[in-house]
Amino acid sequence: MIHFLISVFGSSNYWYIVFRSTAPILLVTLGAVISEQAGISNMALEGAMLWAALVGVIVSAATGSAWMGLAAGILASILVCVTLWYFALKLEANAVLVGVALNLVAHGGTVFVLYSLTGDKGISSSLASKTLPFIKIPLIQDIPWLGKIISGQNIVVYISIIAVVVLNLILNKYTIGRRIKATGANVEAARSAGINPDRVKLFALVIAGVLAGFAGCFLSMGYTSNFTSGIAAGRGYVANAAQVVAGGTAVGAIFAALIFGLTDALATFLQNVGMPPELIQALPYAVTILGFIVVTLSRDRREAARKRALFSGGAASGGAGDGGTAKKQAEGTGA
Amino acid sequence: MTSARKRGFFHSIGLYFTDRDKLEPAVITFFAVVFSILAGVALIFLVSKDPVTSTKNFLLGPVLRTYNFYYLMIAMVPITFTGLALCIVYQAKYLSLIADSSFYMGAVIATAIGIYLPLPKGLHPAVAMVVAGLGGGFIGLLPAILKIKWRANELVSSLMLNYVFYFFGSFIILYFLRDRNQSILASLPFRPTFALTKLVPNTQLHTGFIVAAVAVVLVSLFIYRTKWGFEIRLSGANPRFATYAGLSVSGIALYAHFISGFIAGVGGAVEMSGLYRAFIWQMDPSYAWDGVIVAMLARKNPKFVPLSAFFLAYLRVGADFMSRRGDVAFEFITFLQGLIILILASDRLVNSFRARRLRSDALKSEALARKAAEVLE
Amino acid sequence: MNALLEAVRLTKVYSNGTAANKRVDFSVRPGEIHGLVGENGAGKSTLMKVLYGEESPTTGSILLEGKPVSFSSSEDAIRAGIGMVHQHFMLVPSLSLAENLVLGKEPRRKGSRFFDLEKAVRITEELSARYNLKVHARARVVDVSVSMRQKLEILKTLYRGAHILILDEPTAVLTPQETDELFVELSELRKQGCTIIFISHKLGEVFRLCDRVSVMRDGRMIGTHDVGDVDSQTISNEMVGREVKLGVDKSPAQPGEAVLLARDLSFVDDFDIKMVDRVSFTLRRGEVLGVVGVDGNGQTELVQILAGLAKTLTGKVVVCGKDVTNASPGTIRKAGMAHVAEDRMTVGTALPASIMDNLIADRYAGKAFTGPGGFMRQDAMRQEARGIVERFDIRCSSELQSVGSLSGGNMQKVVVGREFTAEAELLVISQPTRGVDVGAIEFLHKRIIEMRDAGKAVLLVSSDLTEVMSLSDSLIVMSSGRIVAYFPDAAAVTDKELGLYMLGLKSQGEEEIRMVLHD
Repeated sequence: MIHFLISVFGSSNYWYIVFRSTAPILLVTLGAVISEQAGISNMALEGAMLWAALVGVIVSAATGSAWMGLAAGILASILVCVTLWYFALKLEANAVLVGVALNLVAHGGTVFVLYSLTGDKGISSSLASKTLPFIKIPLIQDIPWLGKIISGQNIVVYISIIAVVVLNLILNKYTIGRRIKATGANVEAARSAGINPDRVKLFALVIAGVLAGFAGCFLSMGYTSNFTSGIAAGRGYVANAAQVVAGGTAVGAIFAALIFGLTDALATFLQNVGMPPELIQALPYAVTILGFIVVTLSRDRREAARKRALFSGGAASGGAGDGGTAKKQAEGTGA
Repeated sequence: MTSARKRGFFHSIGLYFTDRDKLEPAVITFFAVVFSILAGVALIFLVSKDPVTSTKNFLLGPVLRTYNFYYLMIAMVPITFTGLALCIVYQAKYLSLIADSSFYMGAVIATAIGIYLPLPKGLHPAVAMVVAGLGGGFIGLLPAILKIKWRANELVSSLMLNYVFYFFGSFIILYFLRDRNQSILASLPFRPTFALTKLVPNTQLHTGFIVAAVAVVLVSLFIYRTKWGFEIRLSGANPRFATYAGLSVSGIALYAHFISGFIAGVGGAVEMSGLYRAFIWQMDPSYAWDGVIVAMLARKNPKFVPLSAFFLAYLRVGADFMSRRGDVAFEFITFLQGLIILILASDRLVNSFRARRLRSDALKSEALARKAAEVLE
Repeated sequence: MNALLEAVRLTKVYSNGTAANKRVDFSVRPGEIHGLVGENGAGKSTLMKVLYGEESPTTGSILLEGKPVSFSSSEDAIRAGIGMVHQHFMLVPSLSLAENLVLGKEPRRKGSRFFDLEKAVRITEELSARYNLKVHARARVVDVSVSMRQKLEILKTLYRGAHILILDEPTAVLTPQETDELFVELSELRKQGCTIIFISHKLGEVFRLCDRVSVMRDGRMIGTHDVGDVDSQTISNEMVGREVKLGVDKSPAQPGEAVLLARDLSFVDDFDIKMVDRVSFTLRRGEVLGVVGVDGNGQTELVQILAGLAKTLTGKVVVCGKDVTNASPGTIRKAGMAHVAEDRMTVGTALPASIMDNLIADRYAGKAFTGPGGFMRQDAMRQEARGIVERFDIRCSSELQSVGSLSGGNMQKVVVGREFTAEAELLVISQPTRGVDVGAIEFLHKRIIEMRDAGKAVLLVSSDLTEVMSLSDSLIVMSSGRIVAYFPDAAAVTDKELGLYMLGLKSQGEEEIRMVLHD
């Protein structure tokens, strides 16, 4: 077993697949992060990915351009997220139920559209769809071992890394990021500062739509070269758990997505040594749940320790407590 | 005493027409149904080359052919079970789709029992149902435990567990129960004692329909007549109140989930012993998603589950009939299903009547307030 | 001197019919600190909400520098230079102080949409230095003390150009030291030309800080005084004084054996403030023990500890001889306690459930209602519900109607009906008549005395002084989480005297207070 693991982790092929499997989950986790930071649970990401994957394939086949397909797929995905926004905020529907409805529509609706166009229900192979380009990076591709991992990936894999940087910028450097966080953390505070929470949430959901759109298009135009029914395979749901693991940050999303990506890639190799593929396929989902539990548990522990520290006198106020620890002496307020 | 109960029953139905809080949601549900059907017809006209025939097949298919009607009754069975399962978790104010796993694993467990346990006819499927129910119940507990202990959103965790159990279930079928003589993916055949008898000869309608009907009665009694159902309803209505009144809210959530999973597990076993001679599902039938709609249309009241299951089965059979005789894919009904959930979930729409009523009340009292202010002057 | 901000004959009647402000005249002079005192429900908050544009007046007008103004939202008020610091801070915990300060009005780097953190920090530090309100611009809100958060809130209003500040009970969350510091800072702000309206319960603070003080009671403005010309006794009388209408007939109490022993109870809130501070008392059969105090002095938390909804850090609770310290509400109820919760909407009832279900929520598991196999006896449930509906005069079309569709008074009768028929030996009653119409109040008062005469022990907590005084046989007064006085005979004490204890101006000796233990 150990021998096997060493051979896997030493192989450049494994790490290549890790990158490839992590990219879509990373993108959609970023979408879940920005939605949640704005204070809205985005359960519709699964549906957004499905529509993006299908529309991307159809439009790329119709126009002969993968880029047009990508643009159309992203638009479709944005549309799903805006629908969520409309129902959840304008019609005051339970956002989670709206997500369930949109996913249901996406699961059947993509098949319906595919069938109406091609007569096929399972796969879009009759459509001459394009794939997004794979990029060979000069010089780097010649580095032994590492070159095989970093170079030659699909463009969306690189985009997913850029997306982390961009989302980090949005959340931490742009004005809108402050407003997103404020809206998600304390709507009243945001409103009292003259911010329109609905508009902030709309912005966040549009960004989430773009990210899920990239992820969906990658699945059908890069990861594979067809749309198949249910192609998102629950990644939109995984993203909502990974978002918790990520702790609401773009950088954290890398680690959360890697949990999924590493096990997903490992699955391919485990299959070669005779592990049943069904159990392997279940692994990434099970590991994500475990990751969620571990992170929540340690976060709870930290929080409990912080509170206990308040009582024992050594308050960790980060050097910022201007007499903050004196509160314990509070005997109320007599005249 | 009997007369008192009778009056109570009619009185409670009568309330739907006198109590506006009850009447208004019922009207909205009705509109959701009508509107979704109209939207479906519009969609047919959009994609079909022969929309009139397709529409006719869709709307009348289930009643045009006798075998279609039997098919409808068969289709009601699994979604009645998942609808009941979802009603129970909704009553406790949880939104978990783990019933999908309970149903699927219930079918897998029943398969194993159907193949290997030598039991007499009648007892055989009954044992399978009970064991599948227990399995489904324990699976049902998982999202509740994750929620209570680690605050994991029960919908997210249940959706992921559904993938885990789906793969796990197919693993069991493939590695322990598979019939290697079959070219398609199928389990070994069930023993003949496992099959439920047919209700009507020469049709597929099986006694599972009766089991589902009994389940409706039992769950209705459970929710509205037993102390456990009372606890579930009360803690779902207001958990803080339930705690204050002395109830153990997390304990209640746990057994609500167990029973919900139990019902779904039984449903899986019924489906196996009623319809199949071996396990031949190539993918997850996802009946829990239908259960969401059934439970929402029934307004989480088990009494209305047969009605909403009938409606949903009608749509499905109609859509199926239409798709086999025309150019519209069966999946188009998911648009209708999604639309129904969207309408019913939109509080703004559901409360629009009440909001208007409250607004007019508020305007009246504002006028009163002005008068009061004048008096003060 | 000309007034800067004025309310003229201002009346506010809410759409539910409550008149929160009745012909209120209120004026603030430029550059003063103006105290506004009054009990909870006196109408201070409503008046401030109207001045800050959060509520519109029913009649009457607001004058700013002599000119009539009308604010349709708080943004209008902010533009006119009025800022308000709410009791509940409007801050985002995960962001830094500087980011919170500029939220909604952020500085940007030249020609871009990039947030300029450095500039935000600079703005914060400049404001902080100019007004001498020390804050750590770069620290996150979650990491700083409550008093620094409050300073940040004040700076936020100043950043938005406020020169009239409304502070809603700013000292409620502060320690004495922090309060001293705040007062120095507020005096500094006054020097720089700010005008401050300071809302408080605490007379001592008002006398230390304010130039003038206005007293409100029961929605009316009772009077405005220069602080130098008035003593605290006068203000106290104005705050609590009222014509006591003794509408309750009752015979003298005949106390029996102890039913509730509360010993050495404490509770610390999220801000680490001791809301309940080593409270002990004994409650006997056949007596109504009233708990009085200005809202927020620990009565709510004390009741929650007794009812099992909060945990005490020290001491013990014994009900009918059974130790129920930190037990679950179910266990405590079994030991013999019934509890009329303070908040009937979120705790005392389940609004979507039927009246019947609400009425039997504490007794459904008993033999009378649950038969073999867990089946509930519908007829018995109906009968029980109908009986309570009749006895407690709950106005409804049927006991199957949802509680949410009832009026406030009838909702309260559902709570009281359930708890008073629970066959408990001990009744803990919190705010029984808050927001209830006059007819229902009289009805509820009669029921409370009935319970006492039937030999129950009653603990009555209410912020309505008239109510507690007329119903109680004996009284304890709470202030800052502690019992500061015990009166074995409630009839022998005047409301003026109680006021002094409630406001923390006076405290009994330990010996006198110990008498409440009856040991």
